[in-house]
Formats: sequence, structure tokens, C-alpha cells
Amino acid sequence: MIAAIQPTNTWYLILAAVLFGIGTFGVMVRRNPLVMFMCIELMLNAVNLTFVTLATAINDINGQVVVFFVMVVAAAEVVVGLGIVVAIMRRRNGVTADDLTALKG
Amino acid sequence: MELVVFVLAAAMVLGGALGVITRSNPVHAALSLVLTLFGIAVMFVSHNAHFLAAVQVIVYAGAIVVLFLFVIMLLGVDKAEDINIEPITVQRPLAAVIGVGIMGIIIAAIVVADDVLVERGAGLASTTVDNPDGNIRQLARSIFSDNVFAFELTSVLLLVAVVGTILMARRVKSNGAGK
Repeated sequence: MIAAIQPTNTWYLILAAVLFGIGTFGVMVRRNPLVMFMCIELMLNAVNLTFVTLATAINDINGQVVVFFVMVVAAAEVVVGLGIVVAIMRRRNGVTADDLTALKG
Repeated sequence: MELVVFVLAAAMVLGGALGVITRSNPVHAALSLVLTLFGIAVMFVSHNAHFLAAVQVIVYAGAIVVLFLFVIMLLGVDKAEDINIEPITVQRPLAAVIGVGIMGIIIAAIVVADDVLVERGAGLASTTVDNPDGNIRQLARSIFSDNVFAFELTSVLLLVAVVGTILMARRVKSNGAGK
């Protein structure tokens, strides 16, 4: 009976929406810039899951191609973001985003 | 069977995501992120996106999370942050409202537009025993023909990112020490 239930594409899309919401909440609540980056990764992964699910739903490979490019851009984004974090941390000891309220010399 | 895979992978994804936003230690948050990324990779496999599942594990879990952990160790910020402090008074309730609101809007759109999702593409090659590289062939054909310009631009993006990061992270010598 239970084994007969198959997860449809809607289930995957709703899961991706929940993951996106959790990521949004994390970005707004957490104060450590590294953890904020991780929450952005959560949101990117939610979008990737949506793209792959829709590629299956409309039977088109282009959804998976977009995910490939998103992964490349995400890797570049993390490299640049962490470079900025390292450069900021080296000048001051603060580890939370609140310490950056006055972004001047 | 597919239901079991979905439930387990969904538990991994949501558990990891909640771990990322609730663990006070950044190292634990990064390890929770790995759990989420593996769950997403499982879902890619169940959608016949085998190449993307492999790339997900290699690039995200292998490279990006290691980069996170490396920066955490390099900066020595691996001490737990007190997450009970709420710097702005209504920040958390407001963030919860916004997060749940975005979630609700997307889910409503998904449910409403459910019957619009009809098969209209050129077709996905499924990976079978007879055709073990169907997915990667189709993906490569699309990337290197239809999307080749975007693919070339990606190389420029990566080059700019690498050069920019080196420029930012470089220790600038003062005039006296440089001589």
C-alpha cells in the first residue's frame, strides 16, 4: 500500500522551496559571514534541485545544463567571497557581520 | 522503493539545512552542509542526472566545503558563537516571517501551476545498462553546441575570480619592507 506511493515532481519542488526558505532565514539571522555563505549555498542548491526536477518534468536537458553553469558560478562566488572574508579578518579581529557596521578605514 | 529513497534523502537535506542554521560552531555547520549536499546528490540520481550528482559530490562536498573548512581553520574562528544573542530586537521573528512567506509563495505557485508541467522538451536520455553514458553524452552535446558561448564565458569568469582573489588575499608590503 505505502510502497505504491511514488514521489511526484511536486514533492521535489516543495522540498526545494522549503530548503530555500531555510536558507533565506539563515542568511538573515546568522551573524558569522562564513555561515551566511553556507546559507547562500543552501539556497543555490534548492534552486539546482528545482532546475533538475523541472528538467525531468518537461523532459528537456537544458535544465541540467543550467545547473552545471550554476555550479561553476557558485564555485567562483565562494572563492571571491572567502577571499573578501580573509582580507577583512586579517585587518580586524571581529568575526561577526555586526563588527562591520562602520565600513571605513 | 523510490519513496524510501525520497524520504531518506529529504531527511538528510532538511536535517543538514537545519544544522547549518542552528549549530553555533561554524565547523559543525560546514559538516551539516555536507549532509545537505549529499542528500541533493541522491535526488539528482533519482532524477537520472548522474553527471550532475557526481559533480555535486566532487565540486560542492569536495571543493567548496573543504574551502570553507580551510578558511575557518585559517582564521581561527572555529569557536562557538553565542547564537542566543539577538542583536536587533525583532530580527528573528521578522526573518522567520519572511522565510516562511517566501516558502509559502513558492509552494503556492508550485501547487497552482502543477497542471502546467507537461512534457514539451526534446527528451532526456536515461542511463541504462545498454546506454551507460546517455546522460553525460546528452549534457555534453548541449553544452558544447547550443551553450558553447556561455561555456567559454565561464572560463573568463573563473580566471577573473582566481586573479581577483589572489590580488585581494595578497599581503601588501609596506614601502620600507619591500626594498
